[in-house]
Amino acid sequence: MKEIEVLIIGGGPAGLSAASAAANLGASVLVLERDELPGGQLVKQTHKFFGSKKQYAGDRGFQIGNLLIEQCKTSAKVEVWTNTTALGIYEDGVVTAESQDEHVKIKPKKIIVATGASEKMIVFPNNDLPGIYGAGAVQTLMNVHGIVPGQRVLMIGAGNIGLIVSYQLMQAGVEIAAIIEAAPAIGGYLVHASKIRRAGVPILTSHTITEAYGQESVEGAVICKLDENWQPIQGTEQDLKVDVICLAVGLSPLTELCFQADCRMKYVPELSGHVPIRDEYLETTRPGLYVAGDVSGVEEASSAMVEGRLAGISAAYSLGYGLEAAPKLQEEALAELNELRSGPAGHKTMKGIMKLMDKGEVVC
Amino acid sequence: MLNKTGIPTAEDVKKVSPSPDRLKKGPVAIIECFQEIPCNPCTEACKQGAIQPMEDINNLPKLDFEICNGCGVCLSRCPGLAIFIVDGSYSDREAVVRIPYEYLPVPKVGDKVTGLNRSGEELGVFEIIKVQSGGQKNKTYTLWLVVPQDLAMDVRSIRLGGLRHAI
Ligand SMILES: Cc1cc2nc3c(=O)[nH]c(=O)nc-3n(C[C@H](O)[C@H](O)[C@H](O)COP(=O)(O)OP(=O)(O)OC[C@H]3O[C@@H](n4cnc5c(N)ncnc54)[C@H](O)[C@@H]3O)c2cc1C
Ligand code: SF4
Ligand code: SF4
Repeated sequence: MKEIEVLIIGGGPAGLSAASAAANLGASVLVLERDELPGGQLVKQTHKFFGSKKQYAGDRGFQIGNLLIEQCKTSAKVEVWTNTTALGIYEDGVVTAESQDEHVKIKPKKIIVATGASEKMIVFPNNDLPGIYGAGAVQTLMNVHGIVPGQRVLMIGAGNIGLIVSYQLMQAGVEIAAIIEAAPAIGGYLVHASKIRRAGVPILTSHTITEAYGQESVEGAVICKLDENWQPIQGTEQDLKVDVICLAVGLSPLTELCFQADCRMKYVPELSGHVPIRDEYLETTRPGLYVAGDVSGVEEASSAMVEGRLAGISAAYSLGYGLEAAPKLQEEALAELNELRSGPAGHKTMKGIMKLMDKGEVVC
Repeated sequence: MLNKTGIPTAEDVKKVSPSPDRLKKGPVAIIECFQEIPCNPCTEACKQGAIQPMEDINNLPKLDFEICNGCGVCLSRCPGLAIFIVDGSYSDREAVVRIPYEYLPVPKVGDKVTGLNRSGEELGVFEIIKVQSGGQKNKTYTLWLVVPQDLAMDVRSIRLGGLRHAI
């Protein structure tokens, strides 16, 4: 059995930031990453990121990922196991994982779950035809494997992911027939929307897909307009000839391990689903188990990195490291999170966290 | 409406436009960033102090047109690709519009390209007089387009070449 001080599950921006923060204070850290490469969503992000200098704003996502990986590599205190999927967290504190086809057991003193989120699906006739992808899958195909998914795409969802993946498809020479969004307004950042719109791509709010069609694979889609009550308006159907339909309809926190570890969970729509109840320093109701990043509420890489750092500091501090430095670092991280979430864009997250921390409410 | 279509309205644009006099004087940044988001690389990019530091990272960028010299550093730093430089002093009849560009193929100096407005509608065919690389790390190109004076505040994109992978 492998013994370690801090075990981090998930090597995305949250996990990697947690690793270097805990190691910087002196803790020994092991990161488990189920993919071949650490970096999480950042590996696929070719666009420049928002935020401030502290979160590497203006740099491209993959560059930020490389930087975080480098920080972990150069730290003697951090070990990263790739191709390793955490399978379970048990009552006695043992964590099991599948590592390169082997079943391994790990006994950590503290655990940080940073597993990210998974894509949501929506229901419409023929949504199982080949050619219908999640936006994350399209990004992996294009930006990791260098393969374009098709020639002409209907993008469903005008949140940041729908907008950005549309932009990346256009950069790869693929045509976007339209971006449709059921809500009456664009959910993603308007600067992203404007840059796609001025390249000629229509963004149709209050629109939905009614069906996909095709023999062997997608040949087209029917879309229609929605009224104020989100009901289809008869006679507004449009037929779009596309060979790819890409779904960017939201993410849900990947919380199976938290459920299984018996963390108390709560359904908070503003945080995109069931999330573990945790305190300000990101410790869940299971002592010694922390969460950070999208798993604790779907948000952004910028906040995922700061949450990771906060969880890493807190875990190391609870082991007796950084007795002098840690409280100040914790305060700094909390202030950064507040700053990132203080504007209109962070309003939803703030509301969600308020709901989550309100211990008086019923939990499920 | 910007938040329904992605197209800034005339009023939106007016709010961030310098006076005709200022445009005539020489290159100046037009920051078409209309939504409060947690972002501030433009303020850090401007070494002239033309973009005021933000009290809150969610503030809209505030530009002093008189201090801005149109150097274009902010244009290539902005992750939203929301900053353009307009130079109304180029000639009596023509202005230069600089736009950020991240598609392939990158046009070359002397190329004639189709200019588009904020809705992606064609405004005419214009010449590229300069192409600036943002460098290895930044990777955003700046295209310099010569356009008629009266289109200087409208041309904001070009028709894409559409490099297409063979099926
Ligand atoms: C298209 C797109 C564009 C985006 N653009 C921006 C942007 O411009 N700015 C911004 O700030 N944010 C952006 N984001 C959001 C950002 O990428 C995420 O919020 C961020 O990656 C969340 O970090 P994370 O570490 O929590 O999760 P992830 O990055 O998802 O990392 C989780 C990691 O955990 C691993 N994992 C999961 N389960 C296990 C397990 N059981 N065992 C081992 N490993 C496991 C996964 O393989 C993954 O590597 C974008 C996201 C997308 C999809
Ligand atoms: S163009 Fe140059 S001087 Fe003007 S705001 Fe941008 S960086 Fe500052
Ligand atoms: S860098 Fe660009 S997107 Fe960010 S605040 Fe400045 S103008 Fe807006």
